[in-house]
Amino acid sequence: MGYSAFRIFKEAVTGHKGWKPVWRKAEPLAEYDIIIIGGGGHGLATAHYLASKFDQKRIAVLEKGWIGGGNVGRNTTIIRSNYMLHENEAFYEFSLKLWEGLEQDVNYNAMVSQRGVLNLYHTDPQRDAYIRRGNAMMLNGADAKLLDAEGVRKMYPFLNFDDARFPIRGGLLQPRGGTVRHDAVAWGYAHAADKRGVDIIENCEVTAFDIQNGKCTGVQTTRGPIGAKKVGVAVAGNSGRVMAMAGMRLPIESHVLQAFVSEGLKPLLDGVITYGAGHFYVSQSDKGGLVFGGDIDGYNSYAQRGNLPVVEDVCEGGMSVMPMIGKARMLRMWGGIMDMSMDGSPIIDKTHIDGLYFNGGWCYGGFKATPASGYSFAHLLATDTYHDTAKAYRLDRFSRGYMIDEKGQGAQPNLH
Amino acid sequence: MIIHHPLLGPRDASEFVYLGDASLMNRPNPKSETAAEDFHRYQYLRDNPVGQHRELWYHEQGDRSWLVVTRNTLTHDITKVELARDVARSQK
Ligand SMILES: Cc1cc2nc3c(=O)[nH]c(=O)nc-3n(C[C@H](O)[C@H](O)[C@H](O)COP(=O)(O)OP(=O)(O)OC[C@H]3O[C@@H](n4cnc5c(N)ncnc54)[C@H](O)[C@@H]3O)c2cc1C
Repeated sequence: MGYSAFRIFKEAVTGHKGWKPVWRKAEPLAEYDIIIIGGGGHGLATAHYLASKFDQKRIAVLEKGWIGGGNVGRNTTIIRSNYMLHENEAFYEFSLKLWEGLEQDVNYNAMVSQRGVLNLYHTDPQRDAYIRRGNAMMLNGADAKLLDAEGVRKMYPFLNFDDARFPIRGGLLQPRGGTVRHDAVAWGYAHAADKRGVDIIENCEVTAFDIQNGKCTGVQTTRGPIGAKKVGVAVAGNSGRVMAMAGMRLPIESHVLQAFVSEGLKPLLDGVITYGAGHFYVSQSDKGGLVFGGDIDGYNSYAQRGNLPVVEDVCEGGMSVMPMIGKARMLRMWGGIMDMSMDGSPIIDKTHIDGLYFNGGWCYGGFKATPASGYSFAHLLATDTYHDTAKAYRLDRFSRGYMIDEKGQGAQPNLH
Repeated sequence: MIIHHPLLGPRDASEFVYLGDASLMNRPNPKSETAAEDFHRYQYLRDNPVGQHRELWYHEQGDRSWLVVTRNTLTHDITKVELARDVARSQK
C-alpha cells in the first residue's frame, strides 16, 4: 500500500475504507539472518536500509514495548549538522542529506521541515568559536551563516537583545536544519521495512543472548527463543542493561533528559532557537505548542522522569532569552533515558563476540542521527566493514586514546 | 531528591555535584603490569545498573565533603548516605 496525493483523493471519495495498518503485526519465526534489538528510530532505520540498500533478507526487529514508545517518540525533534569535529560533522551531514530525501525513500510523510536552527552568541569569544564551527561545517559540505544582532533581530524581534549580562550579539544559523515529526519517523521506517518483508515484532523483550564459544547464535525473548546469524543491538538508553546480558561493560551511563510543551499558541516561532548563555532551546510544533528543553538532570537514571531543579533551570533559561514565554502555560513535561557516552559521541561497532554488533551512546542528540545511524549500522551488519562517515565510532577508541569529544569535557558523561 | 548528609542532615540534591559510580574511588595501581588496561576500565567502563547504584556526590554548596550515596536508578529512592572518607578508611 503506497501513499500519494492521488491515494488521498481516491480514499476521500470512497469513504476512507481502503486504509490499512502501516505495518503488519508479525509473529516471530524460529530463525532469521539478522535480528535488530530495539524498535526505536535507529533499529527501524537499520532494518529499512538492510533490506533496501544492502539487499539483505530474513530480518526481524524485536521491540519490548511498542514502536515509537522510546526516545524516538520522546525527543524534541530537532535535526541539524552543526558539529565541529570532522569525525562527527561528516556523519551528521550525511544524516541531514538522508533526511532531505527520507519521505520519498520510505513513502511516508515525516513532516521534514528545514526551518533553520539558530545558535545565539552573547560574547566575542563565543562568536569566534561559532565562526570556527561554521567553517568546519562548510568544509564538510554543510551550510552555515553567521548573523549579527541586526540579522537575528530581523528574524526574531521578540528576543531579549539588550539583557545587561547576556546581550544577544548574533547567531550561527544553519538554514537546512529544522524539525521532523518524530513518531512519523518510526512509523515511516516501519512502513518501508515492513513492505520489504522485515518482521516488526512488538511486545517482544530480549532477555538473554545465546552465546557459545564466543559466537552469538540468537536471543531468548519473552516470546520464545529466536535464532540469528547476526544480532544488532540498538536500544539507546537501555544499552548498558542489554549489553550486560552479553557480559559487556560499556563506556556509557544512562541519564534522564526532560522536555516540555506549552499550551497551543498562534504561530510565532518559525525556526529553532538555542540560547548561548544557558541551556535552553525552543521551537514551535505544528499544533502550536512551544517545544523546549535544556540540560540533562545529571545523575544515573532509568526512571523516564526527572526532578524539579532542572525544570526551574530550563524555565529560567527561557525567561532570560525569550521573556514573553512567561505568559504561556506549561502543558506537559516528560523524560527519556539517554545513553550518555564518555566522550559525548556515539558507538557503531562489532563487539568481541562474533555475530554481535552494537549501536549506542547517542546522548541527547541521536534523533537527528537516525538515518545515518541506520545506514551505517546496516553497512556494518551487511558487509562487516565500516561506513565511510562512521569509521571513527569504534568501541576501542577509549583504550586507544582517540576520543571524539566536541566539548573537550573528558570522561564525564553528565558534562557532555 | 533529598540527600540525608551524615553531618548536616537533609539537603537538597541541587546543592551537590554528581560525579558518578563510587568505583571511581578505587584507583588502580599505576605500577601494575596491567595498568594501561586497568586504567581504561576504571576511567571509561561502567556497570550502569538498573536499580541500586553506589555513587559519588560532592557537597559543593555545603561543607565540601564527598558522599557515597546508595540510590535506586529506577525510583530515585536514596537508601544510604555515607561520608566517602569513612568508606575509604573502612576499605583499608
Ligand atoms: C527529552 C528528549 C529530547 C531529545 N531531543 C533531541 C533532539 O532535539 N534532537 C536529537 O537529535 N535528539 C534528541 N534526543 C535524543 C534522541 O531521542 C535519541 O538519541 C534517539 O531517539 C535514540 O535512538 P532510538 O530512536 O533508536 O531510541 P528508542 O526510541 O529509545 O529505541 C530503543 C528501543 O529499544 C527498546 N528496547 C530496550 N531494551 C530492549 C530489550 N531488552 N528487548 C527489546 N527491545 C528493547 C526500547 O523499548 C526502545 O523502543 C532527545 C531525547 C530526549 C529523551
